[in-house]
Amino acid sequence: MDSSETRLLRQHLIDPEICIRCNTCEETCPIGAISHDSRNYVVDPAICKSCLACVPPCPTGAIDNWRTVLRAQAWPVAEQLGWDTLPAGETVGLMIATQQAQPADDDAPPEPPALVPGATRAPASAAQPCVNLYSPRNPATATVMGNYRLTDATSDSDVRHVVLDFGATPFPVLEGQSVGILPPGVDEHGRPHHARQFSLASPRDGERPGYNNFALTVRRVTVDHAGQPAYGVCSNYVCDLKKGDTVQVIGPFGSSFLMPDDPRANLLMVCTGTGSAPMRAMTERRRRRRGDGASGRLVLFFGARSPEELPYFGPLQKLPKVFIEIHFAFSRLAGEPRRYVQDVIREQAAGIGALLEDPQTCIYVCGVRGMEAGVLEALALAARTRGLDWEVLQARLRQEGRLHLETW
Amino acid sequence: MATMDYSGRIPNNVNLDEDRTLQRALEHWQPHFLSWWRNMGPEGSTDLDVYLRTAVSVEPQGWAHFDYVKMPDYRWGIFLNAPEPGRQVNFGEHRGEAAWQEVPGEHRANLRRIIVTQGDTEPASVEQQRHLGATCPSLYDLRNLFQVNVEEGRHLWAMVYLLHKYFGRDGREEAEALLQRCSGDADNPRILGAFNERTPDWLSFFMFTYFTDRDGKFQLCALAESGFDPLARTTKFMLTEEAHHMFVGESGVSRIIQRCCQVMNELGTDDPARLRAAGVIDLPTIQRYLNFHFSVTIDLFGADESSNAATFYNAGLKGRFEETKRDDDHRLRGRNYPVLVGQDGRLVEHEVPMLNALNEVLRDDFIRDSISGIGRWNRVIEKAGLPFRLQAPHKGFNRRIGSLAGLRVSPEGRVVDQAEWARREHEWLPSAADLAFVGSLMGRVVEPGRFANWIAPPATGINRQPVDFRYVRFN
Repeated sequence: MDSSETRLLRQHLIDPEICIRCNTCEETCPIGAISHDSRNYVVDPAICKSCLACVPPCPTGAIDNWRTVLRAQAWPVAEQLGWDTLPAGETVGLMIATQQAQPADDDAPPEPPALVPGATRAPASAAQPCVNLYSPRNPATATVMGNYRLTDATSDSDVRHVVLDFGATPFPVLEGQSVGILPPGVDEHGRPHHARQFSLASPRDGERPGYNNFALTVRRVTVDHAGQPAYGVCSNYVCDLKKGDTVQVIGPFGSSFLMPDDPRANLLMVCTGTGSAPMRAMTERRRRRRGDGASGRLVLFFGARSPEELPYFGPLQKLPKVFIEIHFAFSRLAGEPRRYVQDVIREQAAGIGALLEDPQTCIYVCGVRGMEAGVLEALALAARTRGLDWEVLQARLRQEGRLHLETW
Repeated sequence: MATMDYSGRIPNNVNLDEDRTLQRALEHWQPHFLSWWRNMGPEGSTDLDVYLRTAVSVEPQGWAHFDYVKMPDYRWGIFLNAPEPGRQVNFGEHRGEAAWQEVPGEHRANLRRIIVTQGDTEPASVEQQRHLGATCPSLYDLRNLFQVNVEEGRHLWAMVYLLHKYFGRDGREEAEALLQRCSGDADNPRILGAFNERTPDWLSFFMFTYFTDRDGKFQLCALAESGFDPLARTTKFMLTEEAHHMFVGESGVSRIIQRCCQVMNELGTDDPARLRAAGVIDLPTIQRYLNFHFSVTIDLFGADESSNAATFYNAGLKGRFEETKRDDDHRLRGRNYPVLVGQDGRLVEHEVPMLNALNEVLRDDFIRDSISGIGRWNRVIEKAGLPFRLQAPHKGFNRRIGSLAGLRVSPEGRVVDQAEWARREHEWLPSAADLAFVGSLMGRVVEPGRFANWIAPPATGINRQPVDFRYVRFN
């Protein structure tokens, strides 16, 4: 069997919606891989060597689009010439945004994420992600290996840890990426349900290392953002899966919210609820690499309403303090004032300031949208304790792919 | 190929330090240029740090250099594309001869005229756009305006280099005159009409960069075919910068359309009055601006029958768009080309020798290219589910140059009388009220990530930066 390396192609594409047909790329390409007709400029996947000569001169950025596809399924020139838009995928920031609670009858495509003050590129030492290997047209089939409730049985928040196995189907993933699940059946208009995206909770080598599997963290959606009853078709489908069931999976998605491979990098992680999934994946990755001389610090701020609603609460507490520093924030403890993650960051401002000062630090924020502004303010305060200008620092963090926010 | 000297006063890849006379002449011109930039360049911009792309070599990677720059410190320089070994004159009577590295004596006056005319447009557009910074719709757009401005400045350098290097004292005098003429000046205007028009608002700016800089692209493409090799290599390099200008125009208009469509859908109306009340530019107004800029720009290609055009081509000075990609004899003797003339109240095609119609050939290439971009704007409207479509006006509409100059032609291409023209002119071209309305929307927005209400944010930032990046820093 071919290795997945040779079966995969990082296909170079030009975005027809952004391209202005100025001919600069065709003029620049040293090997004639770019051509055009009266409609589009296109890259021939059989010729392009990804030398990137065409990328800097392009005035629009339309040239800088890449999709990882199975080589045999690369889009040919003839098909590209007919496009008005690029095929979906690799849209920066879409990663977890669609994991939000959406009523099942909402059949509009997910809203593009609002502009976030985070980076749009991965950290310098991040591994190269594969994206969009499987689409709704050709999904991968996975088998459910387990489905475990993570939250206390007394809590009305039902969060599940679902392990999927892909057998002989290649499905390479990195921590921080997400996948889409296609729920079976059709909506009230007779159209197939949209996929919902879920963030990976396991590291790249799988929930069970060495096997072709991964884990997802899924919250059963029973109410919408406004607290009104809403039945999440996909989340309920996934939460109700039994061992041995098969599922249609698309993706993987996401090419910026990735962890650095440099073992000296510090990870500052801030999350709420199921936003803990990528943090678990990254933490587990680092835990498995402890023998490899990983020296960077791990600091986690984790918020929930109560310990009973906190996914992975038990296992997290068992991790040694020298490996990871964990700060919990509970907002609904009887008799206690409400504490949010940003409050705890503020309490730890001096220590966090030192971490922010370190060029080896990458920051990950994942959870409900409401936390974002508060967390950024708290980080700004922490920066000031070291005399750092947060605006300057934030720009540098974004530039260097070291500040990542995913909120919904 | 000379390597890039980026250390001297004038960055260049033409071994300037080996030609002391030329170096001194250009170093003498440089303060005059800077003085012109301070007086006529972007208003109030001297101390701003602008996130600019500066070409630091003529290799593809040379375009990847982005940094904050104070515009008067921008490294304007002289860059020629690498020479093509064994390059020949590819058209006209000299076809097949080795390309000229010096100016042939008999073509000296014509070449100088071509270079001066091209060079004159570069500072002209900077002058036309100098007040726009005061009403920018976002930091992103302000940065794009400034990028266009510094690149026009560099294009001026490119032409001035040719004048100084190859045209002796005449060339030096012409180079000075390029800084003395002034866009819109009654006594000493710029050479071409469109470059004396005002650019009063950002819709005009985007239309200008879409249409008029596209004229620049076609002129540069025609000159990039020139048998005079230094001109060909200079203009080839300029084309990459020119592409950025057209990007600013195409995406700018597209974003205005997108925002208008969004509000049309929100309000469920196509009533211009309601849309204007909601603070966006209605599609019929955009169409009128388009009609104006399209018609003024196609005049720039010159008379439809021109013996100068024939001479320039025969002599190998100025080719056609994509000359070397065309499959014909590249001499064009005995070939005809249709041009439009008015006859008995109608427009009819009239065959003329192609050599004399080369302005028309280039104009038609430009029109095809322009129309395909208008098609992309229409896709934005289509995507919003709205029925309106923008259209390029007829080639005969609102012409001031060539055989159609005396005629009144509607945007659909119907010859109309003066009375109908007078009655309907403001359906077709922006009225004072249109200009006043668009002008009323122009306010300055400079918070990172914020955009004026009448324009949508771009799909992506510059150099993969986020859209809310601080593209310009105020000090």
